Amino acid sequence: MRKTLRRPVLLIGFVITLALFAVALLSLVWTPFPPTKMNIVHKLKAPLDFGLLGTDQFGRDVASMLMVGAWNSLSTSILAVLLGASVGTAVGVVVAMRRGWLELVVMRGCDIIFAVPPILSAMMLGAFIGSGRFTAIIAIGVFMVPVFARLSLGAALQVWTRDYVTAAVSMGRPKAKITLVHVLPNISNQIIVQITIQLGLAILTEAGLSFLGLGMPPPTPTWGRMLADAQTFLGQAPWLALMPGLAIALAVLGLNMLGDGLRDLLDPRDNS
Amino acid sequence: MISILIRRTLSLAITLLVVSLLIFTVMDLLPGDPAAIMLGTSASPETLAALQKQLGLDQPLPVRYLAWLAGVFRGDLGQSYTYGVPVAGLIGERLAVTLPLALIAIFLSVTIAIPLGVQAARKHNGVFDFAAGLFSYVSIAVPAFWVGLLLIILFSTMLGWMPAGGFPGWDAGLLAGLKALLLPAVALALPQAGVLTRVARAAVLEVMNEDFVRTARAKGLSEGVAIWRHAVPNALVPVFTMLGLQFTFLIAGAVLVENVFNLPGLGRLAYQALSQRDIIVMQDVVLFFSALVILMNFLVDLAYLVVDPRLRANAQ
Repeated sequence: MRKTLRRPVLLIGFVITLALFAVALLSLVWTPFPPTKMNIVHKLKAPLDFGLLGTDQFGRDVASMLMVGAWNSLSTSILAVLLGASVGTAVGVVVAMRRGWLELVVMRGCDIIFAVPPILSAMMLGAFIGSGRFTAIIAIGVFMVPVFARLSLGAALQVWTRDYVTAAVSMGRPKAKITLVHVLPNISNQIIVQITIQLGLAILTEAGLSFLGLGMPPPTPTWGRMLADAQTFLGQAPWLALMPGLAIALAVLGLNMLGDGLRDLLDPRDNS
Repeated sequence: MISILIRRTLSLAITLLVVSLLIFTVMDLLPGDPAAIMLGTSASPETLAALQKQLGLDQPLPVRYLAWLAGVFRGDLGQSYTYGVPVAGLIGERLAVTLPLALIAIFLSVTIAIPLGVQAARKHNGVFDFAAGLFSYVSIAVPAFWVGLLLIILFSTMLGWMPAGGFPGWDAGLLAGLKALLLPAVALALPQAGVLTRVARAAVLEVMNEDFVRTARAKGLSEGVAIWRHAVPNALVPVFTMLGLQFTFLIAGAVLVENVFNLPGLGRLAYQALSQRDIIVMQDVVLFFSALVILMNFLVDLAYLVVDPRLRANAQ
């Protein structure tokens, strides 16, 4: 009953996420106007006065900038989450295989990494190696490692108690092989759900970093910097602050709903 | 209980030490000489050498780390390169803004989330539940700094009720200070409230059908009393755990919201330190924030043990 009730969540999430990806990919081949082309004559035009969503202080088309921003935000976030997911999952399954003091050390390590918000680590990194996409990916990705390490450790430990794993152990299969053949495939659903949810968080964080000027450098449009630029014109052109924020919120909402929907669909605990 | 306390405190101390070592080493391993970064490209070799000596950069890493750590213990966090004052004083000054901001935000988020979550659980699968679910979905998805911008547009630019930013200082009076912190606190509280509403709802749903709540109902207590006096207190544990876990995000949010509202808080200090290349201030602020997160989680852990005797037995 609950499952059918929550299916709309999956559907809505899927549609929003699909639209987000479609817009991001479309921006690679087409935008209404060149997103970085300045057109001072048409600066600070209201939506529909010039283009679909108006123009910014340099006369750049807001709709085009949003489209390219979708690609920049999404690609940075995906790379960051993939970094965190691959390293975190590898750590998690290895620890589940070895246990002992390694588990204690790694878990404490996770606590420690989790204690430094990505905004701060991006600032530290930014001071030395400069801000930019690479810094953002590392800062967000490293913060994601503990999330995936904890999740995959917990899930993998459960798999290790299953009968088929015990059977494999008693047949003398090496632990590394059991991890690859039995553990990883059985925890992959949970990892995929978590990737979706963390992607939403990564988009929020990336927007925050760009807002502070710690993301991709200008003139590359990012949602975060569009908001930072809009701050100067809140009285004059409040709509400039509206659209990028809506885009971020919608993207995160879609991914979170998709993640929740997928969890309900894939999580075997819910079938009981 | 005392032995647990000692063990936990010991583990806390070790964690803090490792964090400090980690932050120090990462800052050290990153390419670039802090003195050169602080001075920029136009500095003469003599100035560079002098600053390197002043920062102790001519010493080996372990010596510098121990010196820094010893300083931290004495409350001496070093000298800010740009402000020319002790960093400890700077942090204390800025904390007078960030701490009240965070506390008001936490207070607001809890006061929104608990009634909403409890009511959603009581009206499980009803219209209110749906609305509360929608609220948490949306509020988790909106960036706090964007909410801040929207609040400024609405309450400052359009209605003119609130200041658009800045902080008059506590000398200007409690009311003026609180007024300056209200909008930022609301912006900061909203995403937290979304998360907490979810947790509160799930927790109340879980306890609602426990024996002790049924007993409370059976002995003739009204539904409201049974829920608020018996179910809710038991459901608070996960809510406060989440509050502890969310502390990292609260701090990240504060860094952004302080920048939106031009508040002279710790987050803005870190940001200014970055743009002014004041490495020492940044290192200290990052350590301070991280220690705060770890301490917060430690306190939540302890609160657990106090609240729930079952966990005390398990921890033995």
